[in-house]
Amino acid sequence: MNRINQKLQEDKKLLSIYFTAGYPNLGDTVSIIQDLEKNGVDMIEIGLPFSDPLADGPTIQESSTKAIRNGMTTHKLFEQLQGIRDTVSIPLLIMGYFNPILQYGVQEFCEKCQEIGIDGLIIPDLPVDVYNEKYKTIFEAHGLNNVFLITPQTSVERINFIDSVSNGFIYMVSSASVTGSSTGFSNDTREYFKRISEMKLKNPQVIGFGISDSESFQQATKFAKGAIIGSAFIKHLTNKGTSKIAEFVKNIR
Amino acid sequence: MSYQVNEKGYYGEFGGAYIPEMLYPNVEELRSQYLEIMKEESFQEEFKQLLKDYVGRPTPLYFAERFSKKYNTKVYLKREDLCHTGAHKVNNTIGQILMARRLGKTRIIAETGAGQHGVATATVCALMGMECIVYMGAIDIERQAPNVARMKMLGATVIPALSGSRTLKDATNEAIRDWINNPVDTHYIIGSVVGPHPYPDMVAKFQSVISEEIKTQLLEKEGRENPDYVVACVGGGSNAAGIYYHYLDKPEVGIIAVEAAGKGVFTGESAATSALGKEGIIHGSKTLLMQTEDGQITEPYSISAGLDYPGIGPMHANLFRTGRAEFISITDDDAMKAGLELSNLEGIIPAIETSHALAIFETRKFNEDDVVVINLSGRGDKDLNTYIEYFNL
Ligand SMILES: Cc1ncc(COP(=O)(O)O)c(C=O)c1O
Repeated sequence: MNRINQKLQEDKKLLSIYFTAGYPNLGDTVSIIQDLEKNGVDMIEIGLPFSDPLADGPTIQESSTKAIRNGMTTHKLFEQLQGIRDTVSIPLLIMGYFNPILQYGVQEFCEKCQEIGIDGLIIPDLPVDVYNEKYKTIFEAHGLNNVFLITPQTSVERINFIDSVSNGFIYMVSSASVTGSSTGFSNDTREYFKRISEMKLKNPQVIGFGISDSESFQQATKFAKGAIIGSAFIKHLTNKGTSKIAEFVKNIR
Repeated sequence: MSYQVNEKGYYGEFGGAYIPEMLYPNVEELRSQYLEIMKEESFQEEFKQLLKDYVGRPTPLYFAERFSKKYNTKVYLKREDLCHTGAHKVNNTIGQILMARRLGKTRIIAETGAGQHGVATATVCALMGMECIVYMGAIDIERQAPNVARMKMLGATVIPALSGSRTLKDATNEAIRDWINNPVDTHYIIGSVVGPHPYPDMVAKFQSVISEEIKTQLLEKEGRENPDYVVACVGGGSNAAGIYYHYLDKPEVGIIAVEAAGKGVFTGESAATSALGKEGIIHGSKTLLMQTEDGQITEPYSISAGLDYPGIGPMHANLFRTGRAEFISITDDDAMKAGLELSNLEGIIPAIETSHALAIFETRKFNEDDVVVINLSGRGDKDLNTYIEYFNL
């Protein structure tokens, strides 16, 4: 069974962390992953940086620009991740935009992910219908969960469709926004969390965007299986460097 | 085979809507309604009335006699430079603002490079009393001060795009992010035939008035609707889409697309997407774009800010891939020379974008009785500083 599916069966709320590969320094990727696991993080999204990340706010954009400038590429990331499964056992996902994956070759990309032990992909600009038609069989043949996003604006019909083609969890975007925008949840947002949790979907939901601290983590996981922190962690790396990861994770839970 | 968009939003293998889920409701709302709205009689009436009374259409189809004599062929100029605001861009913004109103939107966002599309958007927002926010690369804001001032006079808010390379592609990213953050009340007026489906088709349809007029005008002047060639410069490709539109599926009409070679196609300072680009995804569309081997989008270069875009619209990617259109690239120097030449021969100072299309006659020879129609997409007022510096005027 895929590590993501296994993890989702554990009787706990999951803390998932996103970081941009190659940031702050090109060579930080593996040690950040190891430190996050060591400090009790349940799942990691490794950001494959892209020059034009449409769904991201300034924090992740800037870290991506810096990472690319540092020399991060798809080839480089795979090179760094060789052997990661000797030391790390929590689920690892790659989150990135579709163009770099397309240039690498979707088939080759999936093969490489399987070889390394990547469990899933989050590709915000790969639409669900295109995935279903063209890429689903390739992803599944390589044991990869593909994770789709839903937002407060996503219709019930579409949520049910996304649920039907998902095979891990659904990434619930907390509000109509790019990453790193909001602080704290409004009543409307809590209503939306509740509404989705009452839909009793086949796939559990993990909430992301706007989760930055212990309070927002607690609130989100009241309604969902877990939550993803991205921009707040990148900011922490920017301000405190890579040696204070334990402190960041402890402050969340 | 048709060169028009298919029902799934593709031109051949290009197009589609590669957008994050956050954009899906906005784009889907537009996709599911744009054709119906455009077909409504009241929409067509209002659109045509504004094009006539406000924009000044139909624009003349002018036989450029001295220019023709020089190149020993029959050259007609479709005078989009005479449109209100000085370029073809306003055909699209008029159409889209009417679309936005019918969709119940109250806030308009747009991206702009040189500022032409930003001005055309700010203009129609003033006309309709709608809030207007224009994203513009911080570097372009410095380079295009007069157009920034025009937008401000028209009541628009100009927001600098500070991310990435701080030019047109980044302004487009910022506009898309704004739309993600404001999914309910906002309409995004894209300035060219780029972006996710239905934008390329919708913008092409609004610009198609150009070739629609040419058909009747040419019939009057030459006794036939079809020229032998239609020629346009291609940034994203909206003025080109407009002049090609009604001729796309008429094989007897040759299609010529002119891209900016910058300092030379292989100098590393170029915007010749068909020569340098590879298939990929930019701004939600599968098309040809300039990128690194790793799939990072690269920054193009051209002396003309309006051609300085790392992609081309999916319609044009398909015209290139299928060989339906002939693609020619023109350097900064050759374009500037052609701009000066048209000024001298015909008393028309063209936009530098347009000058690229005019420059092909030096190398691309036509028959004496060929009828060649060039889209004179804009006037040169906005480029005066560049002309002054280049020619030491
Ligand atoms: C006069 C003129 N022509 C052409 C263009 C290029 O755009 P497109 O390729 O969409 O026509 C511009 C863009 O600013 C322009 O101002």
